[in-house]
Amino acid sequence: MPKKVLLLIGSKKGAFIAESNGQRKKWTLRGPFCETWPINHIAGDPETGTIYAGGGNEWFGAAVWKTTDFGKTWTHSSKGLNYEAGEDPVKAVWSLAPRNGTVYAGVQPAGLFKSRDGGKSWKHVEGLRDHPSKQHWQPGAGGLILHSLVTHPTDDKKMWIGISAAGVFYTKDGGKTWETRNKGTRADFLPEGQNYPEFGQCVHCVVMAPGEPDLLYQQNHCGMYRTEDGAKQWTSIETGLPSSFGFPAAAHPRDPNTVYLIPLNGDSKGRYVPDGKAAVYRSRDRGDHWDKLTDGLPQENAYFGVLRQALATDSLKPAGVYFGTNGGVLFGSRDEGDHWEPIAEHLPVISSVETLVVDR
Amino acid sequence: MTGVKTAADAIVVRLPAILVDLFPGSRRSVEMRASSVREMVDELERLWPGMRDRICDSTPAIRRHINVFIDGNKASLETPVPPGADVFVLTAISGG
Repeated sequence: MPKKVLLLIGSKKGAFIAESNGQRKKWTLRGPFCETWPINHIAGDPETGTIYAGGGNEWFGAAVWKTTDFGKTWTHSSKGLNYEAGEDPVKAVWSLAPRNGTVYAGVQPAGLFKSRDGGKSWKHVEGLRDHPSKQHWQPGAGGLILHSLVTHPTDDKKMWIGISAAGVFYTKDGGKTWETRNKGTRADFLPEGQNYPEFGQCVHCVVMAPGEPDLLYQQNHCGMYRTEDGAKQWTSIETGLPSSFGFPAAAHPRDPNTVYLIPLNGDSKGRYVPDGKAAVYRSRDRGDHWDKLTDGLPQENAYFGVLRQALATDSLKPAGVYFGTNGGVLFGSRDEGDHWEPIAEHLPVISSVETLVVDR
Repeated sequence: MTGVKTAADAIVVRLPAILVDLFPGSRRSVEMRASSVREMVDELERLWPGMRDRICDSTPAIRRHINVFIDGNKASLETPVPPGADVFVLTAISGG
């Protein structure tokens, strides 16, 4: 049994850490950390236990915070986390991915940075913004943000990223060159007949299935999708879901066929859980069929949403599933989503939830 | 800093508490030599690496929600700092 399970919570008013043992029955909450800066994403490196938190403060700009003692002490840095003079400055860090000694950071306005010294300094991965589509990238309501960082488990040169609202991009040469990967995903907000462009789709979240690097799941502004060929072609998996709109997606830690989504009622209807009833949807067959999971979740007068990085699974057996709402409630399930209970309430708007299982 | 004698050409820079909190060992009041706001920021960066990025963006310019006042007047990076000046770095009203 692991020594502890950490839930890493990014919020509009700082980062928090909820901690439990391997039983995951009782949780203690610590925070707010990062001087209450808005934290869009907080992610742990399972190899080192280092935790990184990225965000942006209206006064002081973007930075990545770091703790090597599970939140007791923090430092921050933005050294090198800048575009060239004259370009729109980096406003906030939106996503982080520690991977095999490198930490990747997606930022707003959309771009990719990486650190090879544990977040002390950052280098711009210029190839992405050199893509010819860049001049046409349009911000979504949340801004022009790079939010999904999907690294490859065995090939450090391969990566998929998601930008709202520019779409999914893929590199196989470590970020020097990028290809659009949006075939089969809709852009309902474009004129009729132009709904399947090469890029410009409003991707909300992309995750990779465990053990199958070419199997990705995507929650889009306009639909839910699966690809089985590394995003060369996407296929709709909306049948059986209450809407085509939502923000987060989460993969199971071991079963590539299992994926979780939290559909909302629609982009112009308040972006709440449908009918004021909270539900997580789980598929055990890659999105062909869906189970509506509601046990323990509020089934009346629930008018919250769940943001794009605020749904996560842990690596235990059975897998834990967690999500944080924009009303500041953190829900958890320790049985793969069959039963739920609140872990923390009255938090600020929750931007992200990730897990870190510590065996040491 | 009232009552503190400074060299004739030194300036005194006052930093906001929430900025100082980000840099362990930094101080609310700093005496230095600088003839422009840009030089002042350079010196703050030398003293506490990383502080430039908190005060300035990469345009480069003073951040939108940070204000620098010299003897009561709002300044930009190019603004000269006269000898003996009192320079206030302040956070604007911001947030939600």
